[in-house]
Amino acid sequence: MPPLLEALGLEARYGWTKVLHDLRFSVEEGGITTILGANGAGKTTTLRAVCGMVKTAGEIRFDGRRIDGKATEDLVRLGIAHAPEGRGTFVGLTVEENLRLGAYARKTKASIADDLDRIYQYFPVLLERRRQLGGTLSGGEQQMLAIARALILRPRLLLLDEPSLGLAPLVVREIFRIVRTINKEQGVSVLLVEQNASMALRLADHAYLLETGRVVMSGPSTEVGKDDSVRRAYLGY
Amino acid sequence: MEIFLQQVVSGLATGGIYGSLALSLVMIYQATDVVNFAQGEMAMFSTYLAWSLMNHGLSYWLAFALTVTVAFVGGLAIQRLIMRPVENAPILTIVIVTLGLLVIFNSVAGWIYSYIIQPFPSPFPTTAIRVGSVVFGPHDLGAIGVTLVLLILLYAFFRFTSLGLAMRAAAQNPASSRLVGIRVGWMLALGWGLAALVGAVAGMMVAPVIFLEPNMMSGILIYAFASATLGGFTSPGGAVLGGFLVGVIENLAGTYISFIGTDLKLTVALVLIILVLLVKPSGLFGRAVVRRV
Repeated sequence: MPPLLEALGLEARYGWTKVLHDLRFSVEEGGITTILGANGAGKTTTLRAVCGMVKTAGEIRFDGRRIDGKATEDLVRLGIAHAPEGRGTFVGLTVEENLRLGAYARKTKASIADDLDRIYQYFPVLLERRRQLGGTLSGGEQQMLAIARALILRPRLLLLDEPSLGLAPLVVREIFRIVRTINKEQGVSVLLVEQNASMALRLADHAYLLETGRVVMSGPSTEVGKDDSVRRAYLGY
Repeated sequence: MEIFLQQVVSGLATGGIYGSLALSLVMIYQATDVVNFAQGEMAMFSTYLAWSLMNHGLSYWLAFALTVTVAFVGGLAIQRLIMRPVENAPILTIVIVTLGLLVIFNSVAGWIYSYIIQPFPSPFPTTAIRVGSVVFGPHDLGAIGVTLVLLILLYAFFRFTSLGLAMRAAAQNPASSRLVGIRVGWMLALGWGLAALVGAVAGMMVAPVIFLEPNMMSGILIYAFASATLGGFTSPGGAVLGGFLVGVIENLAGTYISFIGTDLKLTVALVLIILVLLVKPSGLFGRAVVRRV
């Protein structure tokens, strides 16, 4: 069976500067893949490339079909949801409006209310705050909102951009726990981009290491976690 | 006291029209950061369309319905065909484009319909309405009613429909909107369409009072700018309220300050713009724009 998402020879550039070089990675159906790397390694650009937010060369396949060059709005309709860098909160809209927007591209509108209930079970704090403006939430709550907004699409693939950024360790653990639950219960495949390597490796089943826009190592997360250079550079022991 | 009340009501009537046009300015400003200087002329052109439809024998409300439909489609088309190609151009370029539209609409209207001043019918009865000793013009009351209905409909659309929500989202955060599948370009075009529709209604409501001619909206546009500035260019509700305030202030100043009379009424609007910009640039209900640098 082909992987759900597959990138072959993926390249991306901002203006004249090439930031991704010949990337090759994949996400299995129902799996969690993580892309690790330092600041500026090209992690965010990789996600932006997958969902058509930057100009790319090379092949991206989703469910066996070419999706490179497609518009972001159309990729959403294929079932690719993106919780972006900076969380993408609609700060002037209420939490519930933020969530309703997540369902904007859904084909089946009927069960949105049920899905809202389920999402509020995952994120009880959003239920409490559902009449509040998105901009008044704390960083961790906004991260939860971003994931919840992506989930209400009922995506097949969830792209997560550094969900741990700027959050307290306890909150990060909570968010990772929820991502795992969602992956197990709803079968949503996840492509996670992270600096927090130890958390990401524990969650993912497959890992790629990105350095200045190139994949320098890949394999099952347990293997990658054992590698000496990864341990020294990213895990700190 | 009667004079006062009458002036207030007729101020509210014209104020509602200023507010409607201000609302259409604000709708486009919020979605695209562009002030559409052609908004008034688009409204004037729509009003001429209604006028010629009625000259061809259509009833008032049929002409009204056709006109707002054409105005909506026209606004949408202007955004897609004329504004979209320059959407990433410097702000001054965009301003010049809307000024160009203003001149084009104005001259084309003059060319087709001539500059002769024409009467425009009011759909409301002509018999004055008496409350005690105060006499209200039925068109004034009708225009207030139409404005309020329009506002309630727009509010409900933006507040309760998923398309309205998507339009608000697209105006606030285009990048995130694309990520949830909203076609931002079309939302902006819809915004232009709706703004043109609101403008057309304003044009048809004001034409019976100021008569129909290609330059009829130039003064109204300045009042609309005053209303939007007073209420706040970032607040649709504020712009409408600003409109009512400007209408009432203008009338009261004209009535009670003898040297203003009717000649200097427009000056009142300009003075208001300057005062607001000096004292509270974001307007009564607007948010100050804070930019991270």
